[in-house]
Amino acid sequence: MGTDPFAPGVRVRTRATDPAGHTRLPRYARGAVGVLVEQAGRHPLADDRARGVPADPQPVWHVRFAAADLFGVGDHTVTVELWQDYLTPIEEAP
Amino acid sequence: MSDDHGSSVISAQVRHVESLLESRGLLDAGEIDTRIDEFLAGGSPANGARIVARAWVDPGFAERLLADANSAIREVGLSMAGGLQEQRLKVVANTADEHNVVVCTLCSCYPIALLGPSPGWYKSEAYRSRVVRDPRGVLAEFGVELPAGTSVAVWDASAESRYMVLPRRPDGTEGLAEDELAALVTRKGLIGTAVV
Repeated sequence: MGTDPFAPGVRVRTRATDPAGHTRLPRYARGAVGVLVEQAGRHPLADDRARGVPADPQPVWHVRFAAADLFGVGDHTVTVELWQDYLTPIEEAP
Repeated sequence: MSDDHGSSVISAQVRHVESLLESRGLLDAGEIDTRIDEFLAGGSPANGARIVARAWVDPGFAERLLADANSAIREVGLSMAGGLQEQRLKVVANTADEHNVVVCTLCSCYPIALLGPSPGWYKSEAYRSRVVRDPRGVLAEFGVELPAGTSVAVWDASAESRYMVLPRRPDGTEGLAEDELAALVTRKGLIGTAVV
């Protein structure tokens, strides 16, 4: 049993809130459900760096979304690179 | 955004900060220009084209490139380590079933070392806002008409990775040498707004 809830294939929901300062969670991808594709290294959260707040490196993920889930229309996918802090794994029904 | 901003407020602010850093001895005069020149030196779409041509003639290299691009491009003498820190490179391959296109919706992130400075349209608000919503429409404006059965994958360079597209090798190029193949590869092909 793995204890890390973040792994390729896991469905995640992105943070929905609109922060006051800098963020790298694009507005169009907020509050959306996507799938983790792969980890793209570990980096300090850009939001914290922009505020001059110390930040430890954390996993950054390629998260793939269906366009229809983001925009209501479209048959393409959009893969966005997101810090783990932006993401909450979705509990799958047992 | 590719225009000259010499008289803009931000330029004045940057010059002011630069002069303060110089007056405190933290920066040599002209050091920023020198660093920018060093960063851009050698950056050209010819680098990306060379990587693509190698991938077309060497399936083993193509496999390594898609699995770990940073390591693979060292085999052809290239690197993503020209800046302050090595940037992760992700190469995405076009196939008969899927076409890839790259954008940076938040700003203009781009693999400068492999493609040179980005084109003006890549930095335009129109491209950045529209290609994630309607890539087929935007690609059609670039003259790319994809078959209905070809899916489209958009990659938003929103964090630390940089992306490059590995275009499909054109039909009828079996007899060409590697450097002749490289000459076929365009900058737009490496971004995904053209097929090669």
